[in-house]
Amino acid sequence: MNIVDLEHEFMKRIKADQKIEPKDWMPEKYRQTLIRQIAQHAHSEIVGMLPEANYISRAPTLRRKAALLAKIQDEAGHGLYLYCAAETLGVDRDTLLDELHSGKAKYSSIFNYPTLTWADMGAIGWLVDGAAILNQVPLCKCSFGPYARAMVRVCKEESFHQRQGYEILLTLCNGSEEQKKMAQDAVNRWWWPSMMMFGPSDENSKHSAYSMETGIKKFSNDELRQRFVDQTKPQADILGVTLPDKDLKFDESSGHWKYGEIDWEEFNNVIQGNGPCNKIRLKHRREAWEKGAWVRDAASAYAAKKALKNSESKQVA
Amino acid sequence: MDKKSWPLWEVFIRSKHGLNHKHVGSLHAADAQMAIENSRDVYTRRMEGISIWVVESKNITASDPNQQEAMFEPAVDKIYRHPTFYNLPDELEHM
Repeated sequence: MNIVDLEHEFMKRIKADQKIEPKDWMPEKYRQTLIRQIAQHAHSEIVGMLPEANYISRAPTLRRKAALLAKIQDEAGHGLYLYCAAETLGVDRDTLLDELHSGKAKYSSIFNYPTLTWADMGAIGWLVDGAAILNQVPLCKCSFGPYARAMVRVCKEESFHQRQGYEILLTLCNGSEEQKKMAQDAVNRWWWPSMMMFGPSDENSKHSAYSMETGIKKFSNDELRQRFVDQTKPQADILGVTLPDKDLKFDESSGHWKYGEIDWEEFNNVIQGNGPCNKIRLKHRREAWEKGAWVRDAASAYAAKKALKNSESKQVA
Repeated sequence: MDKKSWPLWEVFIRSKHGLNHKHVGSLHAADAQMAIENSRDVYTRRMEGISIWVVESKNITASDPNQQEAMFEPAVDKIYRHPTFYNLPDELEHM
């Protein structure tokens, strides 16, 4: 088959909602789009461990500490599922990590904001994981099999993350004046960065059209963002916190909450590496990788030695 | 030691007694023991399993997706392999 026929067959399968598997023929653009997106997603999971790691030793109770540890461990696992999915496309793990550590690869801009108080653990779980879930649920049906399957596992685990975050805020909101203020302050700081997690508006999203056409993406950035606002507003009311958007109001005719203008200049700045924490996050990632080198080497040396011993004892027998 | 030397392993988990092991994903590990230990940490944190198999990915031979038709098409018209193919009277119960 020539490339035109192959492309035609490929699109026929996409339209019929058939999954594309790693060994199937796929257009190079589809492969590259997926590698970029899955790798960014994987990087986001493991960089996302860093802002929360600060609070493992500062959690107010043992219950909170155990939950936070479990959540961070989940994120390491999510990173692993996603790196494996990316690797099925023919890119190796070390290349992906090198690209993260050199600053060449991107990850979600949200993790370049600082975590200033314990209430931030609540706001991250509620808003950041809430936004992530909305992005991730449609990906369970994405056209590339390994990515879709990884997302099913991720989504199953993610709902506990959001609930534990919401519970943290609920506890603070039912506490002292000072605690309520702390919760509100965290919501004020995390609201807009969470809104930005859905990416540029539809007219400015350069990858969206192709991703929608090939079934990687099922809903546009703005659709998902609207869903997030509609879902979050009533949850904020239960907590008794306000969302820091003076233009937020319910639109009777559409049945949606209308929201104010997003500061895209800030968004672009953070993406380009100038957010409050870009440098420190990458520094910590690189340090963790470099300091772990001896463990990786030791495990390899031990495995090699054991394999050698095994083959020697087989020869004797 | 080359950092790229950790091979890829496929992980299979038996979720309950009496069920078969099912493929759940893959991971890198220096050796089989480490692959089992890491599988435990990644894939069974929520009581998903009672037994783990790991197989180094390079040892798996897969059918060729381009041969899919030749491989599986012949089964399509052999409906006489299914019980519903046979015409039997209604009064015959439970067969």
